Amino acid sequence: MYHIKVSQFGRSISYFYLRLVFISPRFVQNSAGQFFSSGHTNNWAVLVCTSRFWFNYRHVANTLSVYRSVKRLGIPDSHIVLMLADDMACNHRNPKPATVFSHKNMELNVYGDDVEVDYRGYEVTVENFLRVLTGRLPPSTPRSKRLLSDDRSNILIYLTGHGGNGFLKFQDSEEISNVELADAFEQMWQKRRYNELLFIIDTCQGASMYERFYSPNIMALASSQVGEDSLSHQPDLAIGVHLMDRYTFYLLEFLEDIHPSSKTNMNDLFKVCPRSLCVSTPGHRTDLFLRNPESVLITDFFGSVRKVEITTEVLNLTHPIQRVEGSPVNGESHREVYSYVDQLPVSEIIHQKPKQKDWHPPDGFILGLWTLILLVFFKTYGIKHLKHIF
Amino acid sequence: MYFLASLSERRRGQLAALSIAAVVIVVGVPLWWRTTETYRAWLPFSQIKDLSKLQLHLSADVEVVFARGTLTPEQQKKLPLTQTQDEEHAVDENTVLRYTHEIKYRTATIMEEEALGKPTAAEADLSLHMLSESPCGSSVVYVIPEVSSLLPENVKVYIGQRRTAILRINAEMRAGKTVEQLLAVLKPQIKQVLQVMSFSHTDITAALSDRVRFNPGSKESMTHSMRAFTSSPGYEITFSLLNPDPRSHRLHWDIEGAVQTYIQPFLTKLSPLANFSIDSQMLHYAMLGVNPRYNNDRGAFILHADSLAHVINPVEARLGSNAASSNPVLNFLLYVPDAQHSPLYIQDHKKMDVPSNAFHSPRWGGIMVYNVKNLYGPEAEFPVNININMAEVMGVFLTQLRLLVGMESSPPPPGFLVAPCGSVGLADWELDRLMWSRSVENIATATTTITSLAQLLDQIGNIVINDNIAQQVSSAVTSVQLAVAELEAGNLGFALQYSKETILASEKAFFDPSLLHLLYFPDDQKFAIYIPLFLPMCVPILLSLLKMASEARRRYREKQAKKD
Repeated sequence: MYHIKVSQFGRSISYFYLRLVFISPRFVQNSAGQFFSSGHTNNWAVLVCTSRFWFNYRHVANTLSVYRSVKRLGIPDSHIVLMLADDMACNHRNPKPATVFSHKNMELNVYGDDVEVDYRGYEVTVENFLRVLTGRLPPSTPRSKRLLSDDRSNILIYLTGHGGNGFLKFQDSEEISNVELADAFEQMWQKRRYNELLFIIDTCQGASMYERFYSPNIMALASSQVGEDSLSHQPDLAIGVHLMDRYTFYLLEFLEDIHPSSKTNMNDLFKVCPRSLCVSTPGHRTDLFLRNPESVLITDFFGSVRKVEITTEVLNLTHPIQRVEGSPVNGESHREVYSYVDQLPVSEIIHQKPKQKDWHPPDGFILGLWTLILLVFFKTYGIKHLKHIF
Repeated sequence: MYFLASLSERRRGQLAALSIAAVVIVVGVPLWWRTTETYRAWLPFSQIKDLSKLQLHLSADVEVVFARGTLTPEQQKKLPLTQTQDEEHAVDENTVLRYTHEIKYRTATIMEEEALGKPTAAEADLSLHMLSESPCGSSVVYVIPEVSSLLPENVKVYIGQRRTAILRINAEMRAGKTVEQLLAVLKPQIKQVLQVMSFSHTDITAALSDRVRFNPGSKESMTHSMRAFTSSPGYEITFSLLNPDPRSHRLHWDIEGAVQTYIQPFLTKLSPLANFSIDSQMLHYAMLGVNPRYNNDRGAFILHADSLAHVINPVEARLGSNAASSNPVLNFLLYVPDAQHSPLYIQDHKKMDVPSNAFHSPRWGGIMVYNVKNLYGPEAEFPVNININMAEVMGVFLTQLRLLVGMESSPPPPGFLVAPCGSVGLADWELDRLMWSRSVENIATATTTITSLAQLLDQIGNIVINDNIAQQVSSAVTSVQLAVAELEAGNLGFALQYSKETILASEKAFFDPSLLHLLYFPDDQKFAIYIPLFLPMCVPILLSLLKMASEARRRYREKQAKKD
């Protein structure tokens, strides 16, 4: 904020009161001066759908809609980690194979022909999710399955599925708690794996998942408060299941209006899906975030607007190009012979010795069972001194 | 229920109950404890705690050589002389930086005088370099008198391609002074030279950005820290030629030769810093994501600076990468506009043409637009064979590569003339500066990694610490200490090597897959697991012990009653 108070241009030019808070060189700078306000140079997105089975079609559709928006706004596939716990497009109950619709009457197919799923099916586990976030992946993990962010990356994390107060269910068999999530973010902060983080969760009682965050520069949105359920939007009679959740449906509608150079800020995102439309009350948390949400652009997280500098001075290289020796001009090029590695080494598998497992003492159940058996034995055979116990 | 049992039977029963309780307590509880504890190898926690307070001491050797005509004979008698310039800055409460320059003053030898007599500064620099090679991290400043014609009129300092600088001294500065006064007058000038050639406080603090967050400093330093890649053991460089119109243009570029001639020497010189791997590709039918506007005055298509930011993303999706590793990738794209949209010029914000026709994006790479419209006339037969002038292209890419690797882009102080960096593209003192900031960055990053790892392992008691992690952490700690010691001694090469070792070890330890803490047990879950297992076993034991105790008390009371 700066106040300029200029006195009358009339007689009394004596008082020229000008107070500038920012030094003037900043004015002369380019209008892409957002360069310096956000402090990030690249964008990443981690989009996770945690539930399987056909009736959870809407969760996959949620995640794919966000994926589609994020790709449209510019984040490339190499910077998106997409985790889908089940395959709806090729599910044998899908009446329209190879499609995942997000609007009823099949208006919008979010499963196009360039969807790149990085973790699919049973690979979507709590362990893999935390490994992606903290970076503790085995060395053989390919690049597309890694989150290779640095200290200047803005990361968008979107989770959807079934959740409860303080946990999110993965694959119907395990769950991640809000404490573990908060710890994972803290480890990311310690290792400077993000500049700013936007966390969006669309589950029942979603607000409980961001209650425990304590690392700086995190902004969180949830589709419902603790004690409320997030509801689904609309069923499609032809497909037979609900297609989207309400919060993500209105979020997608909001994002369709955003284009890569729009200046909409986060305050508009907080207003998405009011109670009248969503039935649940969306919540958000900005106390850990350093910047004012008003100055944060949607494209800071959802898009990937690159910062650009003009190359002004150029080196003048004058010496001529050397011929590269060893060019195959003479015709006899030494070709390397390549061969495929044996895909299924049957002989090794057949002759494999069983793995030596470490010996563990029998655990509690076995001990208790044996104690019970011993006691019954002694009781039956009536050894008298046990009367002192029973 | 009380049974009328004989005394011996009762005695045996009590013994049995006692022995069961004894076995449970003496054998069972320790066995349970040992089998449920997690294996945690020993870590040098005390040394790691010391690391959190980082005291970096950077020292460099400087030689100041006085040429003939700069000193009076009495002043010359006092030389050679050694002085130490020391500066200490506390960056924050945990980080202290100390800079030391050991300055040796001496007079020039005959051969150096001869070299300084050459007509131009560049030749003098070359012959001085032939005489002696300065070790890594040091600098030499030659002081020449005002009458010397080596430097042009308005230039006070000439910084050469190796590690030498030539400083011109004014006549009135040296008149009628003792050596100490002369050196005191020279000190600020030498300091200014060293700010450019050797480490300076601004870029060392910029390198510490991992430790010292939220310290924007000047805008220049913030852009600089955002632009250059973070320290990594290796980088991948990809050169791509984008041809959106193969029907009109058939492009030939000798990328192998160009890389061999122009880029490879630069990267070889940078090899102490990191490993670089290069590949190249040609993409056909790859368009820019932005439509350029036709400008009638110029008769050409214009790409304005504001729309440049949107060019990169659509292109990046099409770029393949040979990335089997997790190293950062630098992309350099050469775009030849299609015949309908030629020629294409880039304009900056002041609506002026950019002479290089190129732009770069921090931590990503650069794009250059190469116009070929002027190479053929309208009657040419399509497709036209075009040979791309690789010298021009590589000049631009090498500049962008220099910026992305971390060279200073700010102009030197007034009165300074910096020699062009020669065919390699890198001056020795620029390499030294990079090595200083890279070592400091590695040390800072490694210390934060190790301390946060130790804190994490301390906080979460359930994580298993394997032996290999403990070994990595120990080796990382030793390497940090060695690197700090070498920096203090002024051995830049060794310091950089140790800092690379430490960062590799610390990253490997921190990102080890076995360190994942998945076992969060709230207390009520712990009780729910253990109670069904242990309660049925413990209830009979406890009851029998209680019964024995009550019986013993009763007997004691009876005995008391009998005594009275």
